[in-house]
Amino acid sequence: MSSYHLDHLQYLETEAIHVMREVAAEFERPALLFSGGKDSICLLRLAEKAFRPSDIPMPFLNVDTGHHFPELNDFRDRRAAQLGGKLIVRKVEDAIKAGIAVPTPGEISRNRLQIPTLLAAIEEFRFDCCIGGARRDEEKARAKERFFSFRDAFGQWDPKNQRPEIWNLYNARVNPGEHMRVFPLSNWTEMDVWEYIKREKLEVPTIYFSHTRKCVRRNGQWLPVTDILPPKPADQVKELVVRVRTIGDIISTGMVESPANTVDDIIAEIAAARVTERGSRADDKTSEAAMEDRKKQGYF
Amino acid sequence: MPHSSHPIEILRFNTCGSVDDGKSTLIGRLLYDSKSLMEDQIEALERSADITGGGQINLANLTDGLRAEREQGITIDVAYRYFATPRRKFIVADTPGHVQYTRNMVTGASTANLSIVLVDARNGVIEQSRRHTFIAALLGIPHVVIAVNKMDLVDWSEERFLEIRDEIESFLPRLDVLRDVKFIPISALNGDNVVEMSKHTPWYVGPSLLGHLETVHIASDWNMSGLRLPVQWVNRPNDPTDKQLHDFRGLSGQLAGGIVKVGQKVMVLPSGLKSTVKEIWTYDGQLQEAFCPQSITLVLEHDIDVSRGDMIVGLDNLPGMTSELRARVCWMNQRPLQAGRKYFLKHTTQTVQTVVTAIEDRINIQTFEPEPDPTELVMNDIGEIRIRTAKPLIFDGYGVNRLTGSFILIEQGTNATVAAGMLLPPSELVKPEYNDFAI
Ligand SMILES: Nc1nc2c(ncn2[C@@H]2O[C@H](COP(=O)(O)OP(=O)(O)O)[C@@H](O)[C@H]2O)c(=O)[nH]1
Repeated sequence: MSSYHLDHLQYLETEAIHVMREVAAEFERPALLFSGGKDSICLLRLAEKAFRPSDIPMPFLNVDTGHHFPELNDFRDRRAAQLGGKLIVRKVEDAIKAGIAVPTPGEISRNRLQIPTLLAAIEEFRFDCCIGGARRDEEKARAKERFFSFRDAFGQWDPKNQRPEIWNLYNARVNPGEHMRVFPLSNWTEMDVWEYIKREKLEVPTIYFSHTRKCVRRNGQWLPVTDILPPKPADQVKELVVRVRTIGDIISTGMVESPANTVDDIIAEIAAARVTERGSRADDKTSEAAMEDRKKQGYF
Repeated sequence: MPHSSHPIEILRFNTCGSVDDGKSTLIGRLLYDSKSLMEDQIEALERSADITGGGQINLANLTDGLRAEREQGITIDVAYRYFATPRRKFIVADTPGHVQYTRNMVTGASTANLSIVLVDARNGVIEQSRRHTFIAALLGIPHVVIAVNKMDLVDWSEERFLEIRDEIESFLPRLDVLRDVKFIPISALNGDNVVEMSKHTPWYVGPSLLGHLETVHIASDWNMSGLRLPVQWVNRPNDPTDKQLHDFRGLSGQLAGGIVKVGQKVMVLPSGLKSTVKEIWTYDGQLQEAFCPQSITLVLEHDIDVSRGDMIVGLDNLPGMTSELRARVCWMNQRPLQAGRKYFLKHTTQTVQTVVTAIEDRINIQTFEPEPDPTELVMNDIGEIRIRTAKPLIFDGYGVNRLTGSFILIEQGTNATVAAGMLLPPSELVKPEYNDFAI
C-alpha cells in the first residue's frame, strides 16, 4: 500500500488539476488571470497538466496597471506565446481614458484602479469565471476564501454570505451577469509554490533573483527608483543587492535585500525568513483590513 | 523546514468546540510554537492588540480573520491556516462553535483526516461537544482528538480529565464509526501538551497534540479497493495536422477510489459498455497504474460514447446505480427543507435534477436518536431523506467511499448550496454481466 501514496506537492497538484477541469467543464466562458508572477506561472503549468494534449481551453487575461516591472510583461508575453495561448491585456491607462476607472486627485497608485478595469474586461468578454492564483496563506482575509468564490453582478465578494464548500463538490452555478473567481492554489503556501517551481523546472522572471538596483526608503521599505517614483531631495537612496518576493506594482513592491540567485537559494531563504511575503507590499500595510476592503469591491 | 528528501504528507484537520473553548488560541499556539509565525504577523497582532483589550498579544487574533468578526469578537466562518513541521504539512480548518453554525463545521470537517474537538475542562461535556463528536462520526472523519483544554484552570486535575473522558466514552459506542479517538489534556494558552509535553501532567502518558498530528497513520484514509473514475472532462485535441492527436480521445478525471492499471477491463456506467484501459495518460508521461486521488486521463481500447458525469469502474467491487436513494443530510439554509421540493443535486461530476420525496427522520442531537416524520428540516438539522433523481446516480455508501457517497443540493434560482448529503449504502449493486450483450 505504501507506494500508493502522494507527497504534499502531488496532493496539491491533483487537487488543483481537479479544480481546473471543473472550470473547463462547468463554465461557458472562463479565463485564466496570468500576470507572469510566480503563482500564475504555477497555474499555467497546472493548466497544461489538466488539459494536454488539447489546447488550454481558455484565454489568459492580464490587467496592466502601467506600473508593471518591464521584466514581468516581457515574461508574460513570451510565456503565453510558448503555450500557444491567447493573451488578452487590458490597461488601466485605457480604462482611465474611457472613464471606466477614475483616479482620485493625487492618486498615484494604480492598485484600486485595477478593479474597475478588470470588471470591465469581464463584462466585455462576458467571462463567467476567472481563475486566479491567490493563496489562502497570503493574508488573513484570504484565509476564508473559497475555491469557487461567487461574485455578484457588481463583482463584489460578500464574506458573510459565502456558499459552503463541502468535500470536493464545487457549486459552479451562476446567473447571467454574475461570475465566479476560482483559486486552484488555495491550499498552497509560498514554500509549496517555490518547491513546485523547482520540481517542475519552471522559468520565472529575473526580478525574483538577486540583482543590483537603486532603491529609495519609504514606509520602512526599499522601493525601486523609477521615473514614476523619483526620489525627493530628503529621501535616502541606495544601490542595493535585492530581489522581489512578491510582485505588485513597481511603486509599491518592497525589494528585499538578498543574494538568492537560484530557486534553491530562494527556498532556503523562505525557510529561514521571518517576514511573510505580503510584509513587503505597501498596499496591504495601510490597515489590517486593507485587503478585505479591496476584495469586497472585486479585487483579485 | 521541509525541503528534505523524504516525502512529506499533508494532514488536514479541523478544530471545533463552543465559543471560548480556545480554538483560536490553540491554532495560534500551534502556529507560534511550530515557528510558523512571521515577524510581520506578530507585529500585526501587536498593532491590533488594543482592539480586543489588554496589551498582550492575543493568539486568537491570528485566525479571527475578517473585520466583521473582529468587531463582534467572534469567528463566523471557516478559515484555513497552514503550517509545517519537518515531518508533515498541515491544513487547518478553523470552524466556529455557535449552535447556528453547524454548517461551517460540516464544511471544515468534510475534507479533514482528523477532527480536534475542544472541551473546556471547567464546563465538561456540553451539548456542543456531543454535537461536534456526532458530526465527526457522521462525516466519517477517520481520526478524532478530544482535547481537554484549560487544564490550568482545574489545577491539572487528572480526576477531572478522566471524568470528561468517561462521559465521552459512554456515548462513543453509539457512534461506532469512530474507531480512533484520542484524549489529550492541554492548555492552549500556556502551551502545555500542545507541542511540548507538560510537566504539570505527569499522570498523562501519550503524545503531545502536535506529536500525535505528526504521526497518526493517514495513508489508508483513501478508498483503494474499488476503481472509480468519475469522468470530468473529455479530452479531444481534434488536431487536424497531427494524425495521432486527431484520433486522441481521453477521459480526464480524478480517481475517486481504487487503482487503475493498463490492460485492465473496465465498465462505463450508466451505459454498461465494457472496454480495456489502453493508456493512462498524464502530462508527465504515461503510467502503468494510477491510484486515488490522482488526476489522470484514460484512453480506452474501444471508441465508445463516454461523457462528463459517466463513471468508469472496475469489474470487481461494483457500485450501486439507481435514481431512488436514501441519504443523511445536514441542512444549511435559512429556507427549511420540506418534502416535495426540487433541487439540483451535484454528485461526483454529475449535476441532476432531484426531488425530495420524503423526510424520514430528524436526529435529536442530545440523544443521537432519530425522531421519525418531521415536517421539515431547518438550518443545522441533520436527518434522513429519500430522493428521486432525474438520472440514476452511480454511487457507493458514504461509509465506504466519501467521494462517491457524497452530494450537495443546490437551490434553483438562488444557486445557494443548501445541503450536504451522505448516501446510504445501495441495496443492490451493478452486476458484472450488466449489458453484456452490448459489445
Ligand atoms: N486559562 C486558560 N485560558 C484559555 C486557554 N485557552 C484559551 N483560553 C482563553 O479563553 C478565551 C477564549 O479563547 P478563544 O481562543 O478566543 O476561543 P474560541 O472562541 O474557541 O476561538 C480567551 O480569553 C483565551 O485566552 C487555556 O488553556 N487556559
